[in-house]
Amino acid sequence: MTVLRPHAEDQYADELAVLAKDDDRPRPPGWRLSPWAVTTYLLGDPHHPGGVITPKYIGPRRIVEVAVATLATDRALLLLGVPGTAKTWLSEHLAAAISGDSTLLVQGTAGTAEEAVRYGWNYARLLSEGPSRQALTPSPVMRAMAEGRLARVEELTRMPSDVQDALITVLSEKTLPIPELNEEVQAAKGFNVIATANDRDRGVNELSSALRRRFNTVVLPVPASAEEEVDIVSRRVAQLGRSLELPETPAGLEEIRRVVTVFRELRSGVTSDGRTKVKSPSGTLSTAEAISVVTSGIALAAHFGDGVLRPSDVAAGIVGAVVQDPVSDRVVWQEYLEAVVREREDWRDFYRACRDAS
Amino acid sequence: MTTTILGVRHHGPGSARAVRSTLERLKPDIVLIEGPPEADALVPLAAEPDMEPPVALLAHVPGDPSKAAFWPFAVFSPEWQAIRYAADAGVEVRFCDLPAAHALALGGGRSREAEPTVHVDPIGALAEAAGYDDPERWWEDAVEHRIEHGTDGEAGHGSVFEAIAEAMAAVREGHTPDPHEARREAYMRRTLRQAVKDGFGNIAVVCGAWHVPALATLPKAADDNRLLKGMPKVKVEMTWVPWTHGRLAAWSGYGAGVTSPGWYHHLFTAPDRPIERWLARAAAVLRQEDLPVSSAHVIEAVRLAHGLATLRDRPLAGLSEVGEAVRAVLCEGDELPADLVHRRMVVGERLGHVPDSTPMVPLQRHLREEQRRVKLKPEALERDHDLDLRRTLDLDRSRLLHRLRLIGVPWGTPRETRGKGTFKESWTLEWRPEFDVSLIEAAVWGITVEAAATARVCELAGKSALVNAFGVHGAPDRAAGDGTAGDGTAGDRTADHTLDQVVDQADGAPEVSLAELTTLVEKCLLADLPDALPYVLRAIGDRAALDSDVGHLMAALPALVRAQRYGDVRGTPSAGLAAIVDSLLTRVCAGLPIAVTGLDEDPARQLVAQIDAVHSAVALLHDVPRGDGHRHDGHEARHGAGHEARQGAGHEAGQGAGHEAGQGAGHEAGHDAAREAGYETGRDSPRDRWLATLRSLANRSDLPGVIEGRLVRILFDAQLADDVQIRMSRAMSLGHPPARAAAWIEGFLSGGGLLLVHDSRLLAAVDGWLTGLSPEAFVDVLPLLRRTFGAFAAPERRSIGERVRAGASDVRGSGGRTGDGTGDGADLDDERAAPAVRTVLEILGRL
Repeated sequence: MTVLRPHAEDQYADELAVLAKDDDRPRPPGWRLSPWAVTTYLLGDPHHPGGVITPKYIGPRRIVEVAVATLATDRALLLLGVPGTAKTWLSEHLAAAISGDSTLLVQGTAGTAEEAVRYGWNYARLLSEGPSRQALTPSPVMRAMAEGRLARVEELTRMPSDVQDALITVLSEKTLPIPELNEEVQAAKGFNVIATANDRDRGVNELSSALRRRFNTVVLPVPASAEEEVDIVSRRVAQLGRSLELPETPAGLEEIRRVVTVFRELRSGVTSDGRTKVKSPSGTLSTAEAISVVTSGIALAAHFGDGVLRPSDVAAGIVGAVVQDPVSDRVVWQEYLEAVVREREDWRDFYRACRDAS
Repeated sequence: MTTTILGVRHHGPGSARAVRSTLERLKPDIVLIEGPPEADALVPLAAEPDMEPPVALLAHVPGDPSKAAFWPFAVFSPEWQAIRYAADAGVEVRFCDLPAAHALALGGGRSREAEPTVHVDPIGALAEAAGYDDPERWWEDAVEHRIEHGTDGEAGHGSVFEAIAEAMAAVREGHTPDPHEARREAYMRRTLRQAVKDGFGNIAVVCGAWHVPALATLPKAADDNRLLKGMPKVKVEMTWVPWTHGRLAAWSGYGAGVTSPGWYHHLFTAPDRPIERWLARAAAVLRQEDLPVSSAHVIEAVRLAHGLATLRDRPLAGLSEVGEAVRAVLCEGDELPADLVHRRMVVGERLGHVPDSTPMVPLQRHLREEQRRVKLKPEALERDHDLDLRRTLDLDRSRLLHRLRLIGVPWGTPRETRGKGTFKESWTLEWRPEFDVSLIEAAVWGITVEAAATARVCELAGKSALVNAFGVHGAPDRAAGDGTAGDGTAGDRTADHTLDQVVDQADGAPEVSLAELTTLVEKCLLADLPDALPYVLRAIGDRAALDSDVGHLMAALPALVRAQRYGDVRGTPSAGLAAIVDSLLTRVCAGLPIAVTGLDEDPARQLVAQIDAVHSAVALLHDVPRGDGHRHDGHEARHGAGHEARQGAGHEAGQGAGHEAGQGAGHEAGHDAAREAGYETGRDSPRDRWLATLRSLANRSDLPGVIEGRLVRILFDAQLADDVQIRMSRAMSLGHPPARAAAWIEGFLSGGGLLLVHDSRLLAAVDGWLTGLSPEAFVDVLPLLRRTFGAFAAPERRSIGERVRAGASDVRGSGGRTGDGTGDGADLDDERAAPAVRTVLEILGRL
């Protein structure tokens, strides 16, 4: 069976195996790799003796180092950042490299119940056998504790506060009591929690300070330079294209650069030459959105176009990404189009395509 | 005989610790240190208890402020540790670098920062090559830890220096020193030879690592002597001056900068557990700002720092690790508090202190006494002070700061005052180490701050007199523009600005204009320098006599008038001032009729602004010497300058309340009486002369429209023109080209439409003229009126319209009432109004 999106530990099983084989540094208890090897796995190493390790996270080295060091000190890790700054991506790969398992995942939503963090019951069994370990349905966190792995909590701030606070005991006492059975689950060595949270979202449930102080916080920045962002986008687009089995399309670096430029300029509110001020739309215009714009552009080009990524293929995607609020964002986009895009000599095609799309 | 050469990293705490322990082990009988030999005599001062690094050795050439060099020392500088060791152990210290006398003569000093960085910080270069961002980290990792964990613990630090010497020999292989470097090293060798000759058996040399190979082997003395022969020489004086952490980077004697002096200081001073202590301090800093940081946070931060260090293969956590720990744990990912920690701790601004017995120029010593007297401590961090000038202490502070500014030590910078009180003065104080240099430079002017400021002002005044004598006109146009504006809001600032220029330019281009001289008068008053005043006044008098440009004179007048008004209150020799003002006004009155003709539109407008400024200044002059007019107490008076300037602004910009008050109440109460008095004594008051001049001008027909309009308006306000409507018709008649008519009405109504709303006499006059026009004439002037009225804001136009619609009779009636102050005063209770009127008059200084 081919899956649409393999887990990180499956997709990069080769690299993980290579790293594990050559890894002679001490490993913290419960870790599959040493912290050094984890860092190498995330940041990549083109000259690794066992074969090329591709970079998973493109960004400041210190971010990864602080994250790995935090997990090695058994402190929980909170990845904070605006949407699309690779928080989930980083947490998945950290879990894959450290525990070899990125599936112990709790997705935080407004409807996440306490069972998702603690445990639930198999009611059929509960009724027939009474309360027992067999009738208990463990949550991913509970399983991670029992097995000494990493649990991931996505979008921590979207959970209701009472559910968030269920994590406090887990993080401070490293135990999960089961009063119904008069038992408890004690965390095995290697257990830890990686949480991600979005600091731009409206309507979030702010973390209580009791919970907050059990996390080390790492803020993921937006890519520092246009080059870095182009690199991220083209790398991810290539990977996605491969896994979605899109027909091979020349990577259209020119178009990617253009999309990244548009996104960066609108995000920062000033053109790349620093001369013109533009309005920023309400959306975050993250790197992740740039990636999806380019990917869908490639799909368009492959299936309906001539197989080459053209301005018209990305135009609709860009307009859709920028214009989130149909009234105010449309004004922002029109202004940008007329004031900036139109003025650029070599952006003529793109301008026309965007005019058609909007 | 043994010679041990200790190659150090300037300002490296690791080097410093190694130097200290090595010296303690070697027990040398002389220590040679890289530095200017002129400073040998100053070494004992370093042992004084009051001496507190960071300090710097300052070499300066007396009389030539452009030549100075610094050798700064922090407590973590190896050189400082060597000095302290020697001072504590009673061992002789000699500095062995090229004497400052030569270095400064060779054009060294501040320009030497251009040295290639490798020479200056070779250890930093080595560290960079090894992939370290912080040279201290490299030193710790590669040098100290390796040695400490080595076999022989005792010889540890000695072998550090051997290792450094070896590394440097490799780095320097094939390097040919440039002439300056060659001379420096030759001099170091010469000092070394001399020490050997003087019979010292155990010699320690502390110098930059780069120089170690050059000292390791001594070539023939003759070679070095040849190198050192015939170098130029200047007379140099040396002393210790306080220094700051922030300026450890900007220096000239040594070469490399330090970006994290606070961290280095901590590394050097922390007795043990540097990471724990640092993070605990960071927590304290954050708590001071009311950010909740618990001990649990600190514990976790320490763990993270150690974890990171392990991950980065470093034996000990360093600055970057603790920085990450502070950000991720203590600040919970927030950049703002992390920045705060960086500012307060990593840079950690700190100002050194030198003992009182340090050779100081008398001026420095006096300033120190003054600082103690007025309880202002020099601090490196910016700090705001609000002075309440009603208090003696604050008044003294203000005087001190003003005087210091005059001698080029801008320790305090005046800020815009919040609130309206004229007794308040706001300063931002920040002591910068270079002020000591400025003080030394200023020492030529006197031995006390007051004397120096006085002498400086006299010199400035004298210079301008000199300029004047040669007939050089300095910066006339700009000065005229600035000065005339007389605009109060910016008034103070403008004055400062021009003064700074005076101070700056006095040495070079002698561009002291008359207006700048007069601001100097104001400065004299603010800084309380009565002795300097006569000189400045004489300079102004001389200058005014020869200056034929009435614009300059008019620009100069307002400041002088302010000075006179508030100067005589303070008991400064106002007789001189009054005479100057009087003669200046006379010259203006004489020169103005010629100056007003043949002007283009823009110069005409400028002249109008000048006339306005002079007019409001003249209004400040007491028409007759009235004894009861001087009821201000000192501080109000001295700050009256600013206050009055503000009033001037009102007059200039809006002609709002300030104008009306000045023109209306003031004149009615004071002017009439004064005029009578003046006539009675048969002597014109300055005001009368001025108005008479304006009157005669207004009667001429060759004036630019805007000027004539303005003059008529001034006369109208002063109730000296009863025929305004006739003049208005004349100006608007067909005989004048439309542009002139428009300019006239612009000049006449300048100050905005609000005045027409509130000054019913004015409105009545305009209304009377308008309604008296024939239908044809009305149509003719309509475009011109539209042009002027169109410039008013819409609400103003509407209000004017409402006033007019309210009825012509009402307009005229009320005009009569406010106009001559009689009218129907029936509904006013004079008795109850009297205290208010009295207060207002007192505020206006008319009582």
